[in-house]
Amino acid sequence: MKELLLISGLGVLSLFSGLINFRKGFLIIVVLGLLANIGLSIADWNGNENVYGKDMLLMDNFALAFNSIFSLLAILWFLSSKKYFDNDNNFSDHFALVLFSLCGGLLLVSFTNTAMLFLGIEILSIPLFVLVGSDKTRLSSNEAAFKYFLLGAFATAFLLFGIALIYGATGSFNIQVIADKFSGGQISPMALSGMILMMVGMSFKVSVAPFHFWAPDVYQGAPTNITALMATVVKTVAFAAFYRLFSHAFINMQFEYKVLFSIAAALTLLIANITAAVQENVKRMLAYSSISHAGFMMIALLCMGSGTSGILLYYTLVYSLSSIAAFTILEIVQANSNGDESISSFKGLSKRSPLMAVVATFAMLSMSGIPPLSGFFAKYLVFTAAVENGYMWLAVVGIIASLIAVYYYFKLIIAMFGQSSESAPIEVGVLQKMVLIVCAIALVALAIFPSTVIGIMG
Amino acid sequence: MLTLLLILIPIICSGLLFIAGKNLARPLAIAGALIELIVAFVALNAHMNGHLDALTLDMPWINSPGIRFHISADGISMLMILLTSILMPLIVYGSFNKSYDNAHYLYALMFLMQGAIIGSFVALDAFLFYLFWEIALIPIYFIILIWGGENRQKITFKFFLYTLFGSLFMLLAMIYVYLQTPERSFDVHAMYQAGRQMDVIEQAWVMAAIFLAFAIKMPIVPFHTWQPSTYFTAPTPGVMLLSGVISKMATYGMIRWIVPMVPAGLENYGYILITISVISILYASFVSIVQKDFKYLIAYASIAHMGLIAAGIVAANTQSLQGSLIEMLSHGINTIGLFFVYDIIYLRTGTSEMKKLGGIRAIDSSFAFLFFIIVLSVVALPFTNGFVGEFLLIVGLFQDQPVAASFAGLSIILGVVYMFRSFQAMMLGETNSLTINLPKLNIQEKTILVVVVVMIIAFGVYPKMILSITEGSIQNLLQGIQ
Repeated sequence: MKELLLISGLGVLSLFSGLINFRKGFLIIVVLGLLANIGLSIADWNGNENVYGKDMLLMDNFALAFNSIFSLLAILWFLSSKKYFDNDNNFSDHFALVLFSLCGGLLLVSFTNTAMLFLGIEILSIPLFVLVGSDKTRLSSNEAAFKYFLLGAFATAFLLFGIALIYGATGSFNIQVIADKFSGGQISPMALSGMILMMVGMSFKVSVAPFHFWAPDVYQGAPTNITALMATVVKTVAFAAFYRLFSHAFINMQFEYKVLFSIAAALTLLIANITAAVQENVKRMLAYSSISHAGFMMIALLCMGSGTSGILLYYTLVYSLSSIAAFTILEIVQANSNGDESISSFKGLSKRSPLMAVVATFAMLSMSGIPPLSGFFAKYLVFTAAVENGYMWLAVVGIIASLIAVYYYFKLIIAMFGQSSESAPIEVGVLQKMVLIVCAIALVALAIFPSTVIGIMG
Repeated sequence: MLTLLLILIPIICSGLLFIAGKNLARPLAIAGALIELIVAFVALNAHMNGHLDALTLDMPWINSPGIRFHISADGISMLMILLTSILMPLIVYGSFNKSYDNAHYLYALMFLMQGAIIGSFVALDAFLFYLFWEIALIPIYFIILIWGGENRQKITFKFFLYTLFGSLFMLLAMIYVYLQTPERSFDVHAMYQAGRQMDVIEQAWVMAAIFLAFAIKMPIVPFHTWQPSTYFTAPTPGVMLLSGVISKMATYGMIRWIVPMVPAGLENYGYILITISVISILYASFVSIVQKDFKYLIAYASIAHMGLIAAGIVAANTQSLQGSLIEMLSHGINTIGLFFVYDIIYLRTGTSEMKKLGGIRAIDSSFAFLFFIIVLSVVALPFTNGFVGEFLLIVGLFQDQPVAASFAGLSIILGVVYMFRSFQAMMLGETNSLTINLPKLNIQEKTILVVVVVMIIAFGVYPKMILSITEGSIQNLLQGIQ
């Protein structure tokens, strides 16, 4: 409860800050607030507090762990986006929108009731629709917002319909009660279609194939740091919700949903990676890369077991850290090359800004899963889980996907180190420099001490 | 502890080089390489006196998936450590004849690689081995990408993708065996036990997947297509590391992770691997003969020799394993020598095309003499280190696969053809406008070639000093699989 009050309070506060035009230093307040949120999560550890009566939200360790992780990512994101807020007439609205979106995220990681899941998805998404379109003068930003809104509404309808059907089949919104109803093995067609519809809705949110079509356009059209927000914080909480739903409500339907999950995972891995390989636009390429990582996380979901939540936590954290680094660098490079997002804008970055080139290399190597960076451990955990659960073929698909991924991640590395450019050196702001260094160190540190994250939920 | 020190010294050195400026690059690099060499000899001393605990470090790392930080060095590892730490000062010192841009970064990457390579030689945990194996790939990729020659972007990428492709299948095979271990552990003994308990078909698949990774790295035909162009474009220190040391990671990996882990697969399907290796030997030898460029010739000759080593390891008896280890050592030393000869010629004339050169012996007879001894060792003449290795290899292979052994024996004759052809073309004959003003070898170049030649003869005349390092470990290994 405290966490929820804190974040929404911050959101309201930021609305008022706009009223008195309190611009300077508001970023610090938000960052401190989010730090306090992490502190509260640590204080509540093992508390299992029920919020709003018995079956709405449950602050179990899973919820608290994901709450801390997404708050941490949000802090990094806020620090790297200082410029976005500085040059912004509606800075207070945008602060508030992001913070309200985080409230939705908190509901999503802690829900025990499918109605709360629905609310969470909506609270998370609606501010994002606005934020995607926040670059009002650019056509592609408007188009992206419109597309995201229409398709998002469509997907929510699927989710809602699924919730309704499940309610019809079981008479309950509570995910524990739903699970118990299916424990006998009797699954009615109504329940099955409800489950599939909910899966479709969730797949849309995490951009898993074949429901990923919105993602490249929206990611490309949105302002770069909003893309970063969507690719990291939003994706993390959406996957947490996905896991929470299927590990509780549909745990006794494993046989049914695993078939669908495995197909979705394989499709996602192949489609996203092959498409990413032919992209010349870095932002679009990162969008496809984000989809492909959703494929790996689907494999983790598929291998539902006692360790899955730890793997998912580790994977989302590692992936988000490298994404934040990559998008931050993209934003800076873009700003220094008149908005050019193509790979050629990265030419000779090792000379123009060695720090950015090195951190970008860390991020790319981590995303392609090459040791000693933590992205390797993330993929290793996923592959091990897949082989352990008898999905050898999926592990092989994953390996092929990783190899294709190396192709496009290395395009950037080659451009940065192998090609030269006449352009002037790039200055990186202090805060952004800090974020980049923190991301790089974290990517190495998480590889040396992976157990700290994987084992945190016991 | 000593093994940990052997991993850490190069890594610390690498860190220092990253911070240090260009002026400190050379002294720091040579000092680091020499300190490592000294520690390697201390470790060798500990090994010879049987102080295994001084070399071993075993502590938990990642608890839940059963990954331990377990490193140690038996005779086989020890020999590989020696090879790496003997070659490293030579490679570093050899690079002083040319000034590289940002040399401190180059040396930093080289040391990072040395640390990873040593790590893979001492790792007794399959996961740790894989980790070091992969880490070694990143520095060499950047070395070639930044300091390489023409067309390096495409070539390095192909190299990287190829090796990663193989490695990932190895990882999958390792995970498969790991999941068969009763207590979920990557530890070498648990892996061996689990591997041996699998049925023959399973073992064959695991063997194939792991062998793929090693066959690409060595390389063996038909997985070699990355190699000649990569060797050609790589800067000299890079290519020396690649051919001298990195390829040995693969052959070492076969001894450590294939032979003892899947003995039944090797017993029943090993003949396939031997056939591939022998085809590789013959193919590469014939291709070497028609090469026009000396650097390409060394590259293909390297494939031929690695094929022989691989065949010997698959045969897995005392002679063939001893032979393969000695051949690994001598191939490392010889290729460093050959690439250094190439470097000397290329820096002076700007070409390594053999037809354009000639008559160097008349200008600088001591250079020709030193080169000739290296050539003799490559063609396995008695009293050179090449002879001991190839002789033992072919004897050992003959016990297992007589037909394959006789074909493999052809490699020596073919080796004579291509090596002598190259010697003839470059050193003998008429002096031409390119070679007439060739400066004589300077002290630095002479020192390196003399060290190489001394090692060639010393190990050739008295191979027992190598055999005594590895003997016990090979017996242990073979007892385990019988």
